[in-house]
Amino acid sequence: MERTAKIVGSPVMKKDAMALVTGKPVYTDDIAPGDCLVVKVLRSPHAHALVEEIRTEGAKKVPGIVTVLTWKDVPGKRFTMAGQSYPEPSPYDRLILDRRVRFVGDAVAIVAGETEAAVDRALRLIKVSYQVLEPVLDFRTAKDNPILVHPEEDWKSLCPVGADNKRNLCASGCEKDGDVEAVLKTCDYVVERTYHTKANQQAMMETFRAFTTLDPYGRLVVTASTQVPFHVRRIIAHALDIPKAKVRVIKPRIGGGFGAKQTVVAEVYPAIVTWLTGRPAKIVYSRYESQIASSPRHEMEVKVRLGADKDGMIRAIDLYTLSNTGAYGEHGPTTVGLSGHKSIPLYGNAEAFRFTYDVVYTNRMSAGAYRGYGATQGLFAVESAVNELADMLHMDPVKLREKNMVREGNVMPAYYGEVANSCALDRCMAKAKEMFGWDEKFPAKDMGNGKVRGVGVAMSMQGSAIAGLDVGSATLKLNDDGFYSLLIGAADMGTGCDTTLAQVAADCLCCDLDNIVVHGVDTDVSPYDSGSYASSTAYLTGGAVVKTCDSMIAKIMEKGAEYLNSSADEVEFDGKRVYRLDGSGEISLRDIGNRAMCSNGYALEVTESNTSPSSPPPFMVGMAEVEVDMETGAVELLDYAAVVDCGTPLNPNLTRIQTEGGLAQGIGMALYEDITYSPKGQLYENSLMQYKIPSRQDVCPIRVEFESSYEKTGPFGAKSIGEVVINTPSPAIASAVAHAAGVYIRELPITAEKVYRGMNGKG
Amino acid sequence: MEINLTLNGKKIKAQIRPDELLLDFVRSQGCRSVKRGCETANCGLCTVWLDEKPVLSCSTLAARADGRTVTTLEGVAAEAEAFGAYLAEEGAEQCGFCSPGLIMNVLAMERELSDPSEEEIKEYLAGNLCRCTGYMGQLRAIRNYLNRKGGETDGENR
Repeated sequence: MERTAKIVGSPVMKKDAMALVTGKPVYTDDIAPGDCLVVKVLRSPHAHALVEEIRTEGAKKVPGIVTVLTWKDVPGKRFTMAGQSYPEPSPYDRLILDRRVRFVGDAVAIVAGETEAAVDRALRLIKVSYQVLEPVLDFRTAKDNPILVHPEEDWKSLCPVGADNKRNLCASGCEKDGDVEAVLKTCDYVVERTYHTKANQQAMMETFRAFTTLDPYGRLVVTASTQVPFHVRRIIAHALDIPKAKVRVIKPRIGGGFGAKQTVVAEVYPAIVTWLTGRPAKIVYSRYESQIASSPRHEMEVKVRLGADKDGMIRAIDLYTLSNTGAYGEHGPTTVGLSGHKSIPLYGNAEAFRFTYDVVYTNRMSAGAYRGYGATQGLFAVESAVNELADMLHMDPVKLREKNMVREGNVMPAYYGEVANSCALDRCMAKAKEMFGWDEKFPAKDMGNGKVRGVGVAMSMQGSAIAGLDVGSATLKLNDDGFYSLLIGAADMGTGCDTTLAQVAADCLCCDLDNIVVHGVDTDVSPYDSGSYASSTAYLTGGAVVKTCDSMIAKIMEKGAEYLNSSADEVEFDGKRVYRLDGSGEISLRDIGNRAMCSNGYALEVTESNTSPSSPPPFMVGMAEVEVDMETGAVELLDYAAVVDCGTPLNPNLTRIQTEGGLAQGIGMALYEDITYSPKGQLYENSLMQYKIPSRQDVCPIRVEFESSYEKTGPFGAKSIGEVVINTPSPAIASAVAHAAGVYIRELPITAEKVYRGMNGKG
Repeated sequence: MEINLTLNGKKIKAQIRPDELLLDFVRSQGCRSVKRGCETANCGLCTVWLDEKPVLSCSTLAARADGRTVTTLEGVAAEAEAFGAYLAEEGAEQCGFCSPGLIMNVLAMERELSDPSEEEIKEYLAGNLCRCTGYMGQLRAIRNYLNRKGGETDGENR
């Protein structure tokens, strides 16, 4: 049967769209049983302290309070909340409740009660005596600091990531190719700059939440707003020290994730309450908690040394990344890698590179996974340095990139030696230049009214799933009347994978989209999938769907042939019927489905898994135009043009929205979203009033086009889209501001104050 | 305390706590479309109508609804579906969590403004945050929806 893209590549509506837009009760808190205990966490007011004494008698006496748990009541085995494949690279450095608290907001006690009012009252009645300790707040002084964030002897690192808790090191390492120092010495120009990005919040509209119940078999059922249902199962089992067989995880509709929900931020609290009391329990994080005690982007300081000859050929790249994992090590060892792996390979001609990194513990909120996952931080640094190099050479940064960019067929030494088999980065640049009007606008224009307009450019790449590690799976069942059930373990978090994967299946099976019903995710039912992260779903689970459909077609032909008294090599399947090649008979899919429900010993059900030895990068180019008020330093974004190569867009509407949404998040990071702390380590931006995510008045017109390559290892030529799109705004906007105002802002966000101070020599 | 109000066209009498927020009250009455995205009146997810005017139910006491009319997305289901289809046509609902609040405000805007410009639309809806879409797809959907409606109205007027 021929496999042609008909439904793939068409802008079909998401299967759950109408339920969402009519406000149906489909999210975690909407479907929680009415008798759930309300669970809340008492949080530390200190950045670093030991709980000397904790008295809960008063709290327990409040009418309606069912349990109050302290560090004495939880298992003593350390685990990680990072949703990663086992053995996790993130260290086992957590307890559900610990005697040592490590950031302002760390969990001290868990209270469960019948009403919110009772729980709030009980929280106020818990008496805690703290031995307040000196915290490590500055990540630049954390490594080898005499104050240790994790002095405990049972701290454990499962993987060789260069971690050492006695040095405040969550990970460290160095990778290189060629002799970077020797090449830098012979370069005509060397740019050396340091860039700083903050611990931005994903700020998905639905905060962290989960509810837990016991089923009739005494198993713990966790319904959670998560991207990683199977990892939640394992992590809950580790945290509670119970067999994995005792845990079932269900993912309903999710109100956004962006990586935040790749960490098991909230699930353990109701889980232990239900496990110990037998009663249903629910936690819903306030926005305040989501801001101060969650899993934001790793703060990074990236030092770049870039060597080039006088013609602008980039010959060497040296990168040192210092990453702040905060109080716990979730995603610390892995995010840092992308700051080098997804930035250095953009430059295909470099003779040598070196990438060195340290990931340190501090007494700040623990960091986690956020769309871009380290690549965003590394690309702000490398792309900004390339822009500064171009300015130093008096060269158009587009031309500089055209000379140096990775092209299809290039080997990428800093990307595990993978070959860029599908790469339309050059076409993306050409198209962006045209749609943006780059040549007319570069570099700046004085508007004559105290305002100057400037333009900037940046490139980006990401991966498509974690090579040689991630697993995507799909199960297909043929049912009566010939409709299919597609079961997936990948988590649709609003991205639309329930629909795009069904599109892939429909084209493989030559049927209508409506002939495929999708179910995801229930760990008791769905096939194993690592989860929806690392830009994996379209590429990896999509590939699993293709494999599963191929196996299903073979089964249908086998069964159809049996009903036609033929052998499988004498028949063909066209999506609607199995027919004899000699034209002497046929049976419809509907009849096969119905007949197989009687007197049948051959299951029309298939599961296939998929993994990939490579992680083909999507690429993109972004161009920004800003207007800077030369009197105040205020920056207004006027235009943003982006061209993306994500391979084949499976659903052009959804790839477009992903791109526009990722760009808006990137614009927020570039211009608005700041993270600042009090001297005692309290986060100031603890609400959406202080933490300014862009409103619709803050984003300019975002214009998106696609220049598709074809990735042979992906489903219908697809690569990923979700993450690559967040990376270009920061460096492109910073360069646009530099061209307008002559000020290079190397610490995000780019505020009027910083620009003003830069223009007035107070930087 | 006891309040009497009309919720989605139905007269009801209810016992509430004096400090109960309208958001928690309407959810307890089964209006699960109403969402909380923050506690600081910044995100617009909890938008409902009080006497046909959009308000943030997270910062409105339920007691204020006494003797008044409260409308949630459940009360304007047909209209929500009509506009929602335009959002869905663009893929601009994405996670969908902010959709009910946005739709309540779009429908209120439609009643309040005739033929709004793009700037007016952005200003009217500035309080409705969305973290998924970057707002472009929502704007396309709103324009398409209003244009269709405009076309129909023109026809009737002639």
